[in-house]
Amino acid sequence: MSLLIRYLPLVFLAAGWELAARLGLISQLALPPLSHVALAWLEMLKSGELLANGASSLWRGGAGLGLAIVVGAALGIAMAWWQPVNAALGPLVEVLYPMPKSALIPVTVLWLGFGDGSKILLIFLGCMLPVTLGAFNGARGSDQALVWSARSMGASPLRMLWDVVVPSALPEMLNGIRTALALAFILLVSAELIVAREGLGYLIGFLGANGTYDAMFAVVLTVAFLGFAADRAYQTLMHRLLRWRE
Amino acid sequence: MQQHNAGSGGPQIVIEGVNHLYRPPAGRPVLALEDVSLQVRPREFLALLGPSGCGKSTLLYLIGGFLPTETGRILFDGAPIAGPGPDRGIVFQHFALFPWKTVRANVLYALEKMGPPREQRAKRAQSFIDLVGLTGFEDSYPSQLSGGMKQRTAIARTLAIDPKILLMDEPFGALDAQTRHLMQSELLAIWRKSPKTVVFVTHDVQEAVYLADRVAVMTARPGRIKTIVDIRLDKSDPNVAKSSAFIDTVDQVWGLVRDEAIKAQEARLSP
Repeated sequence: MSLLIRYLPLVFLAAGWELAARLGLISQLALPPLSHVALAWLEMLKSGELLANGASSLWRGGAGLGLAIVVGAALGIAMAWWQPVNAALGPLVEVLYPMPKSALIPVTVLWLGFGDGSKILLIFLGCMLPVTLGAFNGARGSDQALVWSARSMGASPLRMLWDVVVPSALPEMLNGIRTALALAFILLVSAELIVAREGLGYLIGFLGANGTYDAMFAVVLTVAFLGFAADRAYQTLMHRLLRWRE
Repeated sequence: MQQHNAGSGGPQIVIEGVNHLYRPPAGRPVLALEDVSLQVRPREFLALLGPSGCGKSTLLYLIGGFLPTETGRILFDGAPIAGPGPDRGIVFQHFALFPWKTVRANVLYALEKMGPPREQRAKRAQSFIDLVGLTGFEDSYPSQLSGGMKQRTAIARTLAIDPKILLMDEPFGALDAQTRHLMQSELLAIWRKSPKTVVFVTHDVQEAVYLADRVAVMTARPGRIKTIVDIRLDKSDPNVAKSSAFIDTVDQVWGLVRDEAIKAQEARLSP
């Protein structure tokens, strides 16, 4: 019930959309009625178009983000723990962090072509730094007494890193991953819009170019919903992982 | 002076001519300890007492092997200290519990490194949780516990691995007065039941006199051992803290610390 009330504005927006298009307040070419969009969505679902392109996008996004999390976290913790690593990579991270990663789209295509590889590389490169910075800041904040406690209880330096520094870094690292998750969607759809032969972003561009706007809107809404659902699921996971914080 | 036969009645810890230079990340290095020599006997309860900033915690960290001994030497059971280890358990002022582990998992952590079979570990962890009076809180996270309960958990965790010596760094300094008194008498009871060498850092004169067999009074920075006071009180008497002998001893020790505390304060006021 409270869920319904919470999302009531969305219901109003949907009704407004439908009315505006039906009453001709906005041209149906610019904004097809929501009901048409829903029908187009069902048709694409039945034809398998949505699932095939969705699976392709999911694979690219998942692989790129997964790599970014693993490599980014390892890099951030290594930078926080070994001064030489920080000295070597710190300035690089600083300079690259604010760069708009979509600028890398042509570069990754040049290197790896039009297929999955260039998208995965782009998402990996674009999503890694927020994870790295989160892990770095979190690991740097590890309590000295915790580190010493683990060592005095017989943990080797490497074991201590895993037992103390990684969990200490977790809260900030998980925040970094949340940023990376949002970035992954942005980069994925942009890259697929510009250079791809499949994927949800490609589908949006293709349908738009063909003038099938109801279907195009259906895919846009699908991407929006996937982004929302992923963030929600991630927040639930984060909450579970950090339940010790109260 | 028998310094090398640690086995038979000799000192368990020998500290000889130790200096320690503290190098802050920014600013000038500070001499924290100057020519500190001290011996700790097996199974004695020794308090390191001094004003804040006198380097008493630093000395404890050197014994723990958390900081390297640069000048002088520290022997533990006859061998120089090379890094931290489970033979020297430590309890910190701010508990240093793993916040992502429950009480039980915190106590089990150290035992897992020691290798007894799982069932035995669980039993041992439980017996030490019971010993410190935390029965029923095994599955609580530190964030759900009071300060006193957190420190009980930390003590259980350290005692469970049965270290040869217990290093305590102002362990009751972050607790409220009532909890502090309660914890002091409980620690004394645990120690009397199974005596273990304890090096206990504090700036609280009453606490030092109440708990320790000997009180090593340190000077303001740079920290040196000013004098060592033998405490001759009947610790089995539950009312010892009200006896005139106790009050006189506290007076005597306070007289020794007072000048140092004033010096420490002046040093802080005039940079």
